[in-house]
Amino acid sequence: MSKVRVATTSLAGCFGCHMSFLDMDERIVGLLEHVEFSRSPINDIKHCEPCDIGLVEGALCNADNVHVLREFRENCKILIAVGACAINGGVPAMRNHFSLQECLEEAFLDEIGVDNPHIPNDVEIPLLLSKVHPLHEVVKVDYYLPGCPPPADAFVKILTDLLEGREPALPKNMLHYD
Amino acid sequence: MHVHHGQESQPGFLTQPQLNDHLLHRLHDLQTRFRHIPQPSIAELAEELQLPITQVEAVIDFYAFFHRQPRGQTDILFSNCTSCGDLALMQQLCDRLQVEPEQTRADGRISIGQASCIGMCDHGPSALVNGIPLTSITAELIEQMAALIESDTPVASWPENWFRVGNHIRKEGLLLSESFEPGSALKSMRGRNRDQLLEAITASGLKGRGGAGFSTGMKWQFCRDAESTTRYVVCNADEGEPGTFKDRILLNSHADEVFEGMTICGHIIGATQGYLYLRGEYRYLLDALNTTLQRRRDAGLLGANILGEGIDFDIAIVVGAGAYICGEESALIESMEQKPGIPRIRPPFPVTCGFRNQPTVVNNVETLAAAANIILRGHEWFETRGTWQSRGSKLLSVSGDCARPGIYEVAFGVTIEDILHDCGATDVQAVQVGGPSGSLVGPDKFSHCIAFEDIATGGSFMIFNHTRDLLDIIGKFTRFFAHESCGFCTPCRVGTTLLNNGMQKICSGHGTAHDVDELARTAALVSRRSHCGLGITAANPIRDGLKHFPQLFEARLLHQEMEPEFNLDASLAEARKLTRRDDAEAHL
Repeated sequence: MSKVRVATTSLAGCFGCHMSFLDMDERIVGLLEHVEFSRSPINDIKHCEPCDIGLVEGALCNADNVHVLREFRENCKILIAVGACAINGGVPAMRNHFSLQECLEEAFLDEIGVDNPHIPNDVEIPLLLSKVHPLHEVVKVDYYLPGCPPPADAFVKILTDLLEGREPALPKNMLHYD
Repeated sequence: MHVHHGQESQPGFLTQPQLNDHLLHRLHDLQTRFRHIPQPSIAELAEELQLPITQVEAVIDFYAFFHRQPRGQTDILFSNCTSCGDLALMQQLCDRLQVEPEQTRADGRISIGQASCIGMCDHGPSALVNGIPLTSITAELIEQMAALIESDTPVASWPENWFRVGNHIRKEGLLLSESFEPGSALKSMRGRNRDQLLEAITASGLKGRGGAGFSTGMKWQFCRDAESTTRYVVCNADEGEPGTFKDRILLNSHADEVFEGMTICGHIIGATQGYLYLRGEYRYLLDALNTTLQRRRDAGLLGANILGEGIDFDIAIVVGAGAYICGEESALIESMEQKPGIPRIRPPFPVTCGFRNQPTVVNNVETLAAAANIILRGHEWFETRGTWQSRGSKLLSVSGDCARPGIYEVAFGVTIEDILHDCGATDVQAVQVGGPSGSLVGPDKFSHCIAFEDIATGGSFMIFNHTRDLLDIIGKFTRFFAHESCGFCTPCRVGTTLLNNGMQKICSGHGTAHDVDELARTAALVSRRSHCGLGITAANPIRDGLKHFPQLFEARLLHQEMEPEFNLDASLAEARKLTRRDDAEAHL
């Protein structure tokens, strides 16, 4: 039987969810008997091939995030929003209390010690969305794995459920939002 | 007397209770005088009333009629109700006066905003002008208003007939057709003891007219039997359900019956103090109500030793400040206690632990008027109308698309069809019975009855014909709840906003089948998990709409898997402007 293909990525996030994923320690060895990774920061594969499961950490803060998320949605049969930022916008969304202009001026013009003050406009730099958004506002999300970060056990549980053909369900002790 | 100064001694009696020092009233005075609540006055007021500053601030921020920033000399709040609102007129006035909604014009002369239903649904488009209802607004009237505002004419000098509020009683039934001599119900109590009086109420089968339909006799008995030396009677005149205006008519023309009902209740349960909690939108009735109270005191119908029978009872009026949630009885009690109107956790119920944690009866205006008449005329009189489970009559506030909007007093058991016929409604698409928190009923259910055992209602009856966009109306109702949620519990605070976002997306033609599924799921969650009745009923318009009018939703949907919640390319516009970029990568 061919292995289940999993892709992961971090958008506007801190990679904390990925760290928590790796916190499953030696259990990853068992997991790898059934799973192979496509695009992921773990293996540095740059683009997503057709996959069974996509795990997306982080919120949407710029145009590149939207492109990556769309690539995941197009290629992954099951898309899982992982962590507070992906589900609610999280810490990156704290900038939503300010206008984009205020944010950029504070960072690149007005901040003490700014050298050569100007707002970066290189075409290589993805443009920022006016507000930070959670994933489900742009693509259909199949499952949500809450937590900041979600505990390693929760990753194991949701993946095991899917591998064994069950509807994923987290027990209460793994279902937390902090 | 001071509501906040702890327990008053009982029953060494107080007459003419004045609530001038009630926080809501003091804030109203400040708002009227300065057009806002000036920051320095907050600490002063807190000090004077011996309240925490945080409590005063919380109250200012909670109630819609108090503002931190100055409103205009003329402050106009257009109702956004589907029956007494027309926001196109608001926009017309804004354009004419060159002022943005909710912003005070630079010269301080005018501010224009929105209010939830102001209870003028039988008068067409209406607004509160410095708190006074101005009814039957037309495009022509807007032009005249604009001229008066520009010429700095004080509202007191505006044409009086603009502010005329009629009663529009279209059909009198059991209650309204009887003439009522002030004091007659109190006099009829002679020779009957409290048990017998309570028995008369219980035997009548009277149920609460606010919509929930709890047995009035049982409520009074629970309160009377609760352990305490102090009890209160509260009349809930916070008639905020959009489409309801029956209490306005009762308080305008039948106030004696209401006050007498309160006095009788006080006598039966052993309370000496009653309060009428009047919604802020009905403040224009306050002077007349106080005059009626004084007349009753002068006639020995209120105060110490009423009618020489040794009954002590008096009534004071608390005026709200624009918060729908205060119609919920425990939120109303919080508001009376000079706090934000956040519903309490129940149990304990007000009958055992209400105002100042004392046993309290909270009854609807109509319930108390009916109670006075039951004592006067006997429960047999009451039972001549209605069904066995829903005895007596009900005042319906009929509004919307019909020839004769107004008050219809009907016997319980009347069908929706009959009411539509009476008020001259044709081509009816749907009726919202009981307001947004009630039920949305389509033609297939028009043979159903108004009764607690069939379709219960607090009295709102809004008619929509086929020219109306029903989906848009459901959207408006959903926005109403999102606006009025007190914010205390997450399912309601977040849920009503999610429901609103979902409805606006679908209404504007950006929704997909996926959005409808999400909407239904969220609706179920909000209904099941919310703390009080507001959240529990907030999704009713959506749920009824999905159940009875699914084709309306379907017709508006995009046939694709998913549509983003916002316009992605437009979301990059600000960044494009700031970076002066317009290359291919600068678009989505």
